[in-house]
Amino acid sequence: MSVWIISLLADGVIVQFLPPAATPMAHLVDQLFFWMVGISGVVAMALTAAIGIVMVRYRRGAKRNRKFHINKKRELWVEFTWSLIVFVAFMAFFYAGANLYVKAFSRPAQALRIDVTGKQWMWKFEHPNGAREIDTLHVPVNRVIELEMSSVDVIHDFDVPAFRVKHDVVPGTHMHLWFEPTRVGSYDLYCNQFCGLGHSKMRGQIVVMKQDEYANWLQHQQVPGSPSEQGAELFRAHGCSGCHIGNATVHAPHLAGIYGKTVHLSDGTTKIVDDAYIRDSILFPKRDVVAGYPPIMPSFRGQLSEGEIQLIISYIKAMPHRYKR
Amino acid sequence: MSAVTVPDVKRPPHFPEEHYLNNSFSLKSWLTTTDHKRIAWLFFVALTFMFFIGGAAATVMRLELLTPAGDLVSDGSYARLFSTHGIIMVWFFLIPSIPNTFGNFLLPMMIGAKDMAFPRINLLSWYVYMLGAGVLIGALFAGSPDAGWTFYTPLSTQYTDPATIIAAVGVFIVGFSTIMTAINFIVTTHRLRAPGMTWFRLPLFVWSMYAVAILMLLATPVLAITLLMVTVQHWLGIAIFNPAMGGDPLLFQHMFWFYSHPAVYIMLIPAMGVVSELITTFSRKQVFGYEIMVFSMLMISLASFFVWGHHMFVAGESVYSALIFSVMTFIVSVPSAIKIFNWTTTMYKGKISFDAPMLYGVSFIGLFLVGGLTGLILAMTGLDMNLHGTYFVIAHFHYIMVGGAVTAYMGALHYWWPKITGRMYPEMWGRAAAIAIFVGFNATFGPQYLLGVAGMPRRYHTYPPVYQVLNEASTAGAVVLAVGYALPFCYLIWSLRYGKIAPPNPWGATGLEWKTASPPPPHNFEEPVMVTDKPYDYIKYDAEHGEWQGRP
Repeated sequence: MSVWIISLLADGVIVQFLPPAATPMAHLVDQLFFWMVGISGVVAMALTAAIGIVMVRYRRGAKRNRKFHINKKRELWVEFTWSLIVFVAFMAFFYAGANLYVKAFSRPAQALRIDVTGKQWMWKFEHPNGAREIDTLHVPVNRVIELEMSSVDVIHDFDVPAFRVKHDVVPGTHMHLWFEPTRVGSYDLYCNQFCGLGHSKMRGQIVVMKQDEYANWLQHQQVPGSPSEQGAELFRAHGCSGCHIGNATVHAPHLAGIYGKTVHLSDGTTKIVDDAYIRDSILFPKRDVVAGYPPIMPSFRGQLSEGEIQLIISYIKAMPHRYKR
Repeated sequence: MSAVTVPDVKRPPHFPEEHYLNNSFSLKSWLTTTDHKRIAWLFFVALTFMFFIGGAAATVMRLELLTPAGDLVSDGSYARLFSTHGIIMVWFFLIPSIPNTFGNFLLPMMIGAKDMAFPRINLLSWYVYMLGAGVLIGALFAGSPDAGWTFYTPLSTQYTDPATIIAAVGVFIVGFSTIMTAINFIVTTHRLRAPGMTWFRLPLFVWSMYAVAILMLLATPVLAITLLMVTVQHWLGIAIFNPAMGGDPLLFQHMFWFYSHPAVYIMLIPAMGVVSELITTFSRKQVFGYEIMVFSMLMISLASFFVWGHHMFVAGESVYSALIFSVMTFIVSVPSAIKIFNWTTTMYKGKISFDAPMLYGVSFIGLFLVGGLTGLILAMTGLDMNLHGTYFVIAHFHYIMVGGAVTAYMGALHYWWPKITGRMYPEMWGRAAAIAIFVGFNATFGPQYLLGVAGMPRRYHTYPPVYQVLNEASTAGAVVLAVGYALPFCYLIWSLRYGKIAPPNPWGATGLEWKTASPPPPHNFEEPVMVTDKPYDYIKYDAEHGEWQGRP
């Protein structure tokens, strides 16, 4: 009984230091964490008490009955029993953790997509309508927000303690993270992967607003054209359109409607056309060539920035189907 | 264990006429020695030096963190401090700590051998260590290695001072010292056991050295390959881990943790071996479940190779691999839990005395328990996605590596000090230091758990003011901890000249190392060794020598 009280006290201390919980996921994580602290507290107290009692009771000077006979069979039985108890408990812990983790990292179907670029030492955000922000991200409450994250230099980590989830932002690929804020407010954003000298200054704010306020805020932002519009501009300017759409004479795959489809590669494998694959095809066109096409595309390494590649990808995603042959 | 002269406890303690410390005095005799006991001293001096450099770096970091602003050192200096602290403490102190000092000194003595199987490779191991340490210290002067001890790419290869790569070369070199020592331990354990010293009569410390040698031998080459690839990538500008050229930075993390997770157990298994010796000696009772203790150490050393991905739950590995690594992590934790139960049961119905080594032994169990339980929390994928990279992780691994490994190292130092030097340490000071370290350690790292819960990321030079109170508490605790570590440094040196002369077996312990003089003769034993008993038979010892009355 008293051990339970002690663990409750431990949980009580922890509550003092917890950041606010701004998503349903944060509440689930906290719940599980309290359970674990409670169980750990009980186990730690019980074992400490056992060791303490044994130490006092069997100290050298004390007169005690010290007969300790145990045959091998019984010893093995004891060892087996506590190993089994520990194993079962551990599997339960694993399951409880895995359950949350799978939920947190399965990509949601309906989400407001926001592009995130990590850069030494700032966070750049881009809303679906093209509005841009640095280090502060405005989002509407009660919507699922999905981040499409990339880095232009080193590995960063998008960490909002109030959401209780985080994920690394790795250069050379796209990472995803989603959350559903249900509390209006302003929450700290940290970079949680050491990214160089300015690491601890790579902090920002996530501002969760009422939906109408967000809509209002969004309207008043300077918009340089939506990402897919800007992407279309780049697509023409860099000559992609010469081969990849319409009735181009060069033998190259047509990209309209290709996003999300499975393509067959020249080495016999298949690949789903996603952000990472398009990015790789722009920078390393010789790597995964679609079957039936000669590897003639030049690399655009050094000519396009990560941000520009993201814009082109948005354009390919939104590419009008009328270009289809 | 008969056929060895049982030392006469009644006779007042005296130094033997010739022992390994007085058979020659010149500097050359030390630098060219192949005596495993003297090589242990060479390592001990070098490791102590490195420990204090690493500790000094930590001290400045804790002072910097007293205030939210970066007002003591610059951001660059701070990055250099935590990188130096990590690199030195992991590779130049913790990994060689118990194996290269106490393992070197005791392994041959505990199995009744005259020396290691390859005495000259043993000496070479020290020179390679010194070379690696020299390169690392050179890197500290040449520039600023500031990418952290984990050398994550592309930060370490493309975005920091080139001295980072020099530091990596230092670590690469010191790895060969580890490999040489591991080969020596394995061959010595296989080939040089005294007649009658069967595998299941080996002391648990020897088993721990054997298990850790396997780990070192299999894991260290992977680190060497990884660091070599980092170096080659940096100097030749090829792609391996460089995303700008199509390389994969996550590949580096997989390879790095494939070594560095087993490395945690390289630090921990020797500590478990030491604590098993301490608990059984000071409880005067046979280790409970000796065979299970052996198998659990071997199981840990094998299973620890399959858990590296738990460092990468939010780094970009797939959900499926995260789940597999999580389940493997729980499986490798089972043997550790069993060991805690076995130590407790060993003490049950024992005859417990509270000399300083035992205080370290018991505080190891307590701190390892806390570190282990919080490790379970981090092994849960759903909780790690919140706590990853925060001070919760810092607190967790310091409980394991400092609360666990360093506490056991201090316990070993006090326990075998009489054997190594022939002098006793001052007991009251010993206990005071043990308690100061326990209290100071908890006061330093306990608040860091709360900092992690509050969300403070690691490696932050400046931080939001909301974290200040806990950081102040941690720094205050670090003062006590620093005193705790400085005390033994002073009184152990004092005891070299003024300590009471130690009898051959001051603890009434059963191992072979206690059956020879303190300090031991150059070839360990004056007479051939023959083993006839199981280890830790304190009932028999007391029957032969009378009830143990505590240290003289």
